[in-house]
Amino acid sequence: MAIVYEKSKGLTDAELHYCPGCHHGIIHKLVAESLVELGLLDDAIGVCPVGCSVFAFKYFNCDMQEAAHGRAPAAATGIKRTHPHQAVFTYQGDGDLASIGAAEIVHAAMRGEKFTTIFVNNAIYGMTGGQMAPTTLIGQKATTCQEGRTKEQAGMPIRMAELLSTLDGCVYAERVCVTDIANINKAKRAIKKAFQKQMNNEGFTFIEVLSTCPTNWGMTPLKANEWLKDNMVPYYPLGVIKETAPENAEVK
Amino acid sequence: MTAKVTFNSDRCKGCELCTTVCPKHIVAIDQTVINRKGYHPAHVTDITACIACASCAKICPDSIITVEKF
Repeated sequence: MAIVYEKSKGLTDAELHYCPGCHHGIIHKLVAESLVELGLLDDAIGVCPVGCSVFAFKYFNCDMQEAAHGRAPAAATGIKRTHPHQAVFTYQGDGDLASIGAAEIVHAAMRGEKFTTIFVNNAIYGMTGGQMAPTTLIGQKATTCQEGRTKEQAGMPIRMAELLSTLDGCVYAERVCVTDIANINKAKRAIKKAFQKQMNNEGFTFIEVLSTCPTNWGMTPLKANEWLKDNMVPYYPLGVIKETAPENAEVK
Repeated sequence: MTAKVTFNSDRCKGCELCTTVCPKHIVAIDQTVINRKGYHPAHVTDITACIACASCAKICPDSIITVEKF
């Protein structure tokens, strides 16, 4: 008998508090599996955000630190600078990273801090009850834009991977989703590559993962999956946004 | 090939993501069971057709599925 697949050793036995069909669970799993496969689990330090994934420190089987809202990149900067040989990552949602923590992430990327950020973009504020996020799509309904977001009132949604890719300190930015097996495999490859680049001291690495929020989108998990593919992917294109060759990335 | 798929059914939230990725269409929600969380958990309807690809396990957000093959 051979085990083909079992729960990753990189996750604790704690029961996830996420809603049914939420992609956070899949993304947690991919990060954990990547750390295990790269042999980094014992050397990894994660930084949790505020938002739905605020309790992520209970789920990852490595050292974890909780940060103030949006300040995970600042905490990770300190951790990475004092532990330069550890694999340091932040795990942040769109309310945390693109809204209140926008300054922190931009400046961490500008400085080329050598940690990895996993950015979960579900186009809404999940934990607080479905308010409009900077990433909410035009026409998408939220509790603070009940007729749908309009460009006139709230502007166009922010594309964080593209924004950060303009900074020299950011050596790798890729956007992935986890709606089906092919995309899950791609997402895992991207996360592993980001950790490898971090351990090669290349610079700041950023993985944006598109995620569903079935509860606050008001859909079943399956319908939310389809909605993501039909609406989010056209606005947030998947793929490598930026990849700098290692020799050009001497940001020390 | 003989495969074995084990569900930690008490932790299943019935999201049905696993039912969409099975190439053999043998993963389904068991409407006759309610677990301790109050959901109908997923199960395999015909284990003899299973090819142990582990797609259901890979997509499960709660990592409750273990796949083995003999």
